[in-house]
Amino acid sequence: MYETNYHRASSIDEALKLMGSSAEGKYLSGGMTLIPTMKQRLAAPSDLIDLRHIAEMKGIAVDGRTVTIGAASTHEEVATSDRVKAVCPALCALASHIGDPHVRHMGTVGGSVANNDPAADYPAAILALDAMVVTDRREIKAGDFFTGLFETALSDGEIIIAIRFEAPERASYQKFANPASRYAMTGVFVARRDAGDVRVAVTGAGSNGVFRHAGLESALAGNWSPDAVTNVMVDPSDLLSDLHATAPYRANLIKVMARRAVAAA
Amino acid sequence: MAKITMTVNGRQVAGTCDDRTLLVHFIRENLGLTGTHVGCDTTQCGTCVILMDGQSVKSCSILAAQAEGSAITTIEGLAQQGELHPVQAAFNAHHGLQCGFCTPGMVMTAVDMIRRHGGNLDEGRVRAELEGNICRCTGYHNIVKAILAAAAAMGGARQAAE
Repeated sequence: MYETNYHRASSIDEALKLMGSSAEGKYLSGGMTLIPTMKQRLAAPSDLIDLRHIAEMKGIAVDGRTVTIGAASTHEEVATSDRVKAVCPALCALASHIGDPHVRHMGTVGGSVANNDPAADYPAAILALDAMVVTDRREIKAGDFFTGLFETALSDGEIIIAIRFEAPERASYQKFANPASRYAMTGVFVARRDAGDVRVAVTGAGSNGVFRHAGLESALAGNWSPDAVTNVMVDPSDLLSDLHATAPYRANLIKVMARRAVAAA
Repeated sequence: MAKITMTVNGRQVAGTCDDRTLLVHFIRENLGLTGTHVGCDTTQCGTCVILMDGQSVKSCSILAAQAEGSAITTIEGLAQQGELHPVQAAFNAHHGLQCGFCTPGMVMTAVDMIRRHGGNLDEGRVRAELEGNICRCTGYHNIVKAILAAAAAMGGARQAAE
């Protein structure tokens, strides 16, 4: 790892100041992507600003069906939150399958969403749940947030404080995990609010990152059943092809995962 | 340089290291506790697992500076007054190791797993929970047996204490 300077912020204001005075600083949350990346010398921030001890970014609140998850919440905290489970068990199940137990004890929602890895699980949930990404300076709709591979609408220095969404009537996330890394080779999150309002978000498959699939959404809005997926065309031309799976294979996986998700929701 | 103070195996320790020093290197080189191993450079193998504030974490993927102020338990901190921890005793009884390199991480993972799941562990769950720990001797069968035996023994001990 290249040299770096570590700072621990105790408030959002302090974190913003530290970032402002650093040459090429990076925010550090759980560090489950950033530290391994730095170990490989694929990232070399001059400064690390640790957000893990900021009280304003912690805690999970459920008010009626409005769920607000502090960005510094770990995957384990989301996976085991009884209050989230009561209104949106699909999100708990998603969190419980990220990485391994040790990664889930450190990795955070905010870190995952800000990183926008094209094979990460949370972006699919954020998009399908039509969540709001709350930052230190504004609220960003999920649909505007994810802008490309590892790219988001966050400005320089902007910090995600929380994720907020209205729990849907039904939801499920199904992923076909890479057997070695457990990252999603294709993951599909379906969320249904009422008969006409279905969102289907796909991660791990798009060559430009997470995306919604209009064909699946309209088919499921008209007929909420696993069979509704059968005749939907999934175009492989915008999908990833790599040593793990070809684009047509991922196109098929999208349908299979969508079918399983609807059956499980 | 980072000044680090933390509690390790119940003892207050202090040291100085680079800001970039990984927690596992601080534990091994500054504190001389070499039971915690480094088996890969890619955050995948789990031989470096320790408990930080009671939860299992990979000490190879956390900076020592991030762990400043925390309470750490390493494999050296499990046995009490010369008595093996029930998980260590079960690994011994069931021969839950071959070369032994992954064992410290496996044992710490098992301690955390039993803390979270207690009596609800079954073989499938143990295997799923071992996702982050690799045994390159591929000796998983006896590791799984040892963890299930330890969970049963510790459940029994808890019941006896109540």
